[in-house]
Amino acid sequence: MTLRAENISLHLSGFDLLRNVTVQVEAGKVTAIVGPNGAGKSSLLRVLTGELAPTKGSISFNQRDLNDWPVQQRAQMLAVLPQHSLLNFPFTANEVVALGRIPHQTGTLKDAEIIDQALKLVDAEYLQKRFYTQMSGGEKQRVQLARVLAQVWLPCAAGEQILVLDEPTAAFDLAHQQLTLEIVRQLAEKGVGVVMVLHDLNLAARCADKLVVFDGGLVAAQGTPEEVLSEQLIDQVFGVKAMIARHPVTNKPLVIT
Amino acid sequence: MRRISSAWLLATLAILLPVIVLYSMTVGTVSISMAEAFSAAVDSLFSDVDSAGQTQVILFDIRLPRILLALLVGAILASTGAVMQGLFRNPLADPSLIGVSGGASVGASLMIVFAGGAIESGLLMGLSLVALGAFVGGFAATILVYRLATSGIGTSVTTMLLAGIAIGALAGALNSLLSYFADNDMLRQISLWQMGNLSAASWAKVLIMALISLILLVWFPRDSRALNALLLGESEARHLGIDVQRVKRRLIVLTALGVGVSVALAGMVGFVGLVIPHVIRLLIGPDHRWLIPGSAMAGAILLVVADSLARVVVLPAELPTGILTALLGAPFFIALLLQQRREV
Repeated sequence: MTLRAENISLHLSGFDLLRNVTVQVEAGKVTAIVGPNGAGKSSLLRVLTGELAPTKGSISFNQRDLNDWPVQQRAQMLAVLPQHSLLNFPFTANEVVALGRIPHQTGTLKDAEIIDQALKLVDAEYLQKRFYTQMSGGEKQRVQLARVLAQVWLPCAAGEQILVLDEPTAAFDLAHQQLTLEIVRQLAEKGVGVVMVLHDLNLAARCADKLVVFDGGLVAAQGTPEEVLSEQLIDQVFGVKAMIARHPVTNKPLVIT
Repeated sequence: MRRISSAWLLATLAILLPVIVLYSMTVGTVSISMAEAFSAAVDSLFSDVDSAGQTQVILFDIRLPRILLALLVGAILASTGAVMQGLFRNPLADPSLIGVSGGASVGASLMIVFAGGAIESGLLMGLSLVALGAFVGGFAATILVYRLATSGIGTSVTTMLLAGIAIGALAGALNSLLSYFADNDMLRQISLWQMGNLSAASWAKVLIMALISLILLVWFPRDSRALNALLLGESEARHLGIDVQRVKRRLIVLTALGVGVSVALAGMVGFVGLVIPHVIRLLIGPDHRWLIPGSAMAGAILLVVADSLARVVVLPAELPTGILTALLGAPFFIALLLQQRREV
């Protein structure tokens, strides 16, 4: 048990955004959160990362209450990639990724090595000296991904690490979508727990160990992709008639609409 | 636009600053050559105080404190400008956005209009009542803006921008009202004060300013990385382990202190806080670890140069320094913008 939301509810300006949600993110596993727009996926991420305090319920992280961790130590173990970034100052890609090393005291040399490798991993090496403000949307998002990867690059002595990604593939072309999911799998194999919001059910089924389906602030279903994805559930949650087949190579569920 | 190396720029500025200060010593109504200045300095070191000649008085009682005050005020205005632009994630922000300039000018006008004759007689450590009024006004306005923008969930930067504009408008109206009731003499004092003037410099003022500068220039580097993280956004900075609310409060208080004292001692010197950090950022990029010291030195240089020119362009009279900072800085800034436009 690494990051666990226990029976949380979130009530904001007259709306029930989350109702009695219990979700667990484990180290070394990939958890994907899916659901229609406005179902509460992003709200859950904001509560899980301590950005919003839940109205009810509690969140534990590495055997402690999430808020009991000192901010800097928490940042060594928990990295968050938002959906959009506000950055509009002309940092180079290198400098943006370097921000991910702020919580750590590993020294400039080690940091420079990590920054290089992180940029290489997301296929953004050629952007190193380019200005963030002059990049395309996909390039910006890849640089931001490298930044959060750099943040959890080395294991942390204080506890297990979690990477939170809010729709990481939204701005990417097909090749970079695949690359992102590969990176996420590698990271999980290194022992990092990954939790991400995805819209593409097939990508989620291929990559995730666990699927959490959200609908109207409630967890409609959770479990392995095979357990969760059914024609009935997709109709009930998304209102879409779909067929479930099996991927000819990976044998993972394949949603055909 | 291609960047230049930050180490190179900082080194250049660090060499340029003392050269300009030395040269500025020779400039003024009475022209004193570098050799004369040097021998006067040696004389005053090795001879009796009583024998101080006219040259010594001009150099060490009039020019040097004035130059040092210009240097410190320039450094503070430019570095607080860099900090505010980072904190508000807006390259067009400047220290006046948190209300400090507006509040200070109301405080000064109030003193000029109501304290009348007591203005230059009520001296406290070389500080006039006008300066005191300006400092109190500036600080009070900042606290008001900060309070307006702070709720249970923290300080909203957007609300703070809007509150700053509202308080600025209110201050403008109060200023106009005070000007309306002021007589001719007061009116002239108000408008002179608003143009920014360093001619009333004294060693006491330099001392106060040096103390404030020391506090700011020791504290700002500690928050440089936090400011870098804040450029990503507030929640991103929090996820990078920054205590955003504390950093924000600290930087706003330090800025109000620095700008409040600057404005109190030198009047309204515009332009430095907005444009210098912007220019330095164009040259070396937005990393605050270099941007803040670079801006401080460049602001110091701009204000020392502007004040030297202010002493000689309309001999035997003097121009207010604030007019010259804009006259010098604006064309340079426009040239940079044009160059940037060509390269994009």
